[in-house]
This record gives sequence, structure tokens and C-alpha cells, in this order.
Amino acid sequence: MSKLALRGWQLALLIAVFVVWHLLTAPGLLPPFLFSDDRQAAFFFGEPLKIFARIWAWFVTGADIYQHLGVTLLETVLAFGIGTVLGLACGLWLALSPIAAAICDPYIKALNSMPRVILAPIFAVWFGLGLASKVALGVTLVFFIVFFNVYQGVKEVSPVVLANARMLGASQRQLLRHVYLPSATSWVFSSLHTSVGLAFVGAVVGEYLGSARGVGYLILQAEGSFDINTVMAGILVLTVFALLLDAIVGRVEKRLMKWQPGTSENEKV
Amino acid sequence: MTALSLENVSCIFVSRDDSTQRYTAVKDVSLTVGAGEFVSVVGPTGCGKSTLLNMAAGLLAPSTGQVKVFGEPLAGINKRAGYMFQAESLMPWRTALGNVMAGLEFRGATDARVQAEEWLKRVGLGGFGDRYPHQLSGGMRKRVSLAQTLVLDPDIILMDEPFSALDVQTRQLMENEVLALWAAKKKAVLFITHDLDEAIAMSDRVVCLSAGPASHPIGEFRIDLDRPRDVAEVRATPRFVELHQAIWQVLRDEVLKGYQQQLAA
Repeated sequence: MSKLALRGWQLALLIAVFVVWHLLTAPGLLPPFLFSDDRQAAFFFGEPLKIFARIWAWFVTGADIYQHLGVTLLETVLAFGIGTVLGLACGLWLALSPIAAAICDPYIKALNSMPRVILAPIFAVWFGLGLASKVALGVTLVFFIVFFNVYQGVKEVSPVVLANARMLGASQRQLLRHVYLPSATSWVFSSLHTSVGLAFVGAVVGEYLGSARGVGYLILQAEGSFDINTVMAGILVLTVFALLLDAIVGRVEKRLMKWQPGTSENEKV
Repeated sequence: MTALSLENVSCIFVSRDDSTQRYTAVKDVSLTVGAGEFVSVVGPTGCGKSTLLNMAAGLLAPSTGQVKVFGEPLAGINKRAGYMFQAESLMPWRTALGNVMAGLEFRGATDARVQAEEWLKRVGLGGFGDRYPHQLSGGMRKRVSLAQTLVLDPDIILMDEPFSALDVQTRQLMENEVLALWAAKKKAVLFITHDLDEAIAMSDRVVCLSAGPASHPIGEFRIDLDRPRDVAEVRATPRFVELHQAIWQVLRDEVLKGYQQQLAA
């Protein structure tokens, strides 16, 4: 199937979902078969047309979502950046220092298995209801993903490549810079797709639990007044931006990881 | 002058899980390589050939005995040696040129790029500098490894079955190339192989190791074939056949022993 046809089918599926959604929820369009009242379906599931109207108002006529979206994205990017750098540093350090790794091992396992979302209220107490508490939550989510991948990446450096670099005269520092780091990077990139999503989760959940700005806050507000259309609109906007972030990571990965064997190298003529 | 000498070296590996489990890979090996001499070590599979080489490289400290490099006892990495590994040793995140430059960069050479480009041309890969290892064939990767090792102009070259993964034709080409490069620079070479033909065709001297554990040299043969040699042609000469028979006589029992041990394990 050609790329264009594939995209066409994907788009058709999306439209079909919205059409079915519309048919099932629009009051008076179909006789109610699940609910006693033909307004109840719309109440519980929202109506696509109203959702799109909401999004249009947010972005175009009202233009009031930008500050909320900006806050959420800023939190995401900060959590992602700080978590990745911390994870990279700690992963490298522990992987190269077996004694420290042996001592810290049970604590790292404990911290990782703890459901970290429950830290959100504590962070709210520590850092207040502003930006910092959301970033902190996102960092705890991102950190462990990156950390474990870097740790694994350094452990799995080919011993022959390492011995070769040593024979070529690399000092400890040069080994770190030219062997361990590039080897770990490929593992980090495979984790970045997961961690950028988690950074987003951290930001939104943090906002949802207590804030005065952000898309999570908008959703919470709408939920309080049973405005399901706005909740759904918020979810749609978040989904689109999560996809965008993921695409950006994919782009960067493609640029930096060009040394890895790809699948699309031979061309059929 | 002796470039490299192993003096009564033994290497005992202790099992990581159980420190009472010991395995003596090589025992009481004495071996010298003169400056400019090409010495091959042959032996049955699993006889500790690579262990010897790792000790000569300083990657592995001998349990007893010592390694001397130009008369100096070796501590740490052998800085005067270049090592060509059996397995893939190129850094996959560097291009061919980057890989050849690596050693020079580590040493802080300013003309790394120029030297590396020259060596890539010398091993016949002038136009392939910007390729990554996965984009090169097995033979090309070995050439890059060769350039990577030789660009540093080491006084001692250690080679661990460098061509064992190549097909016969590529292999003979590479062997001739290595001989030509060696003849031009006359470095000390310690060459490990399990292929007796290759050992005789290339070396000044062939050392036979016994089957492991505790393998040790059981025979040494001076190869008095004329140089320069062509590895394919030299195999047909009567003297080559004679030497081959004489060495195989010594090696055969050990090869069988090594094979039996592998079957029993």
C-alpha cells in the first residue's frame, strides 16, 4: 500500500470514529436504545460537534487556551529535560561504579516500584501549587525510565569495542565520552518516546490535583460543572500535543542515530 | 632485539560464582617476538591463544610470570602495541574515517584527519570514509580495523584471528595486504590463528600450543620460505608442504585431544 493510501485510510478511520460518535450521541437523531432519555447519551459522552466548537473557541475566537497550553508544555519540557539529564548522569555514574550500584540497588528498586503519582500532594506542599510541583512530579516519572536505560546501555557496551578503544589509547575520560556515552545514547533514545509521554502525564496529573493554570486545570474545572464536552475537548488537545512531542523526539532521534542500521536503506527500482 | 617477551606466564581464571572453581588457561609459556619478526601461534580450539594475546596487550595481567616490552616489564595497557581483534571492534557510532581517526584523536594529534584519510586510501577504502560500519561489508570492516591499528604506527602488532570471519578470496587478499604492509615497515607481529596454512604462509616462525587446559608451547618451527611471498602461490611449493607436514605431525594429537575435550564437556 502506498504511503498516501495508508494515510488516507488512517484519516478515514478517524472520521468514521467521529461520525459514529456523532450518530450515537446527537439528541433526537437516533431513537434512544440504551438510555431512557435521548439527551443522556450526549450528557455522558459529549457531542463531537460541540467539542470541535469548544476547541475552535479556545484556539481562534476566544484564544484563551494558549496560556494554559503554554504552562502545560513548559512543565512537560522542563520535566523531560531535567529528568533526562539527571537520569543520564546517575545512570552513567552507577553503571561505572559497581560499589555505589550495589549499595543503591535496593533503594532504586524500591523508589521505582513505588506508585509515584501519590507523591504529587507532597510536591504540592513542598513546592506550592505553581509550576515547580508539576515539574517535580514529571521528573520523578522521567528519571527512572532514562536511568534504567542508561544503566543498561552502559552495561551492554561491547567488551571488544571497549578493549579496542583502550588499546587505541583512550583515557578513562575519553572512554566515557567516546564509548560509554554514545553506546548509552541509543538506549536513551529508545526510552525518550516513553519518557516524553510520561513527562506530559506528570504535568497534567499535577495540574489536575491542584493548580490555577494549565490544560489539566481546564479539564478539572469543566468536570466540576459536568461540562463533558469541554473535558473531551481538553483530552483531544492533550492527545494531539502528545503526538507532536513524540514526533519531535522521533525527528531528533533520526538525526542523531543515523549510525544505526536502519531498515529503509535499499531501494527497489 | 626482542620486542615482546612472555616469560613463564600462566593465566588462571577463577569462576565468578564459586571461587574454588579454577581454570588454568595457559601454563608456563615463554615466547619471544623479535623486532621486525612475524610470529604465528597455532593451536587447537580453546587452547588459550587469545589469552596469550590479551596478556601481551596488557588487557589481562598474567597470574604468574611477566610480560616484557622492549625489555621493560609491562604494567597496564601495552602502549607500544596495536591490537586487531577477532570480533567486530569498530565503534558503530563513528564513520570509517572517524574510527581510523579515533586513536590519533585520543592522543591529541592535530593532523588526525589527514593521516586517517591516507591510511583509508592505503587499505583501499578511500571513497568510503563517510560510511558507518553497518554500511560496510565484513571485509571492508576488517580493512578499517587494520587502518585503525596501523595508523598509530605501533612497534608491535597483535592480531587475533583477524581474518577468520572472511571468505577465502577476501582472506587471501587481506593476507597479502598485511604482508606487504608489514614488509614495508617491518614491525614485530604476533599473529594468532587456528589455520596452519595461514600461519606458515605469513610467518617467520610458527609456535604450536598444546590443547587446554594449562596449554603450553609444544613445538616451534622456523619458516625459511623466501620473501616476498604470495600466500596463494607459496602453498604449492614443496618446502611449504614439508613444513606443513612436520608441524601437523606435532599438532594433530593436540587437535584431536582438544576436540575430544569439547565433545566431553
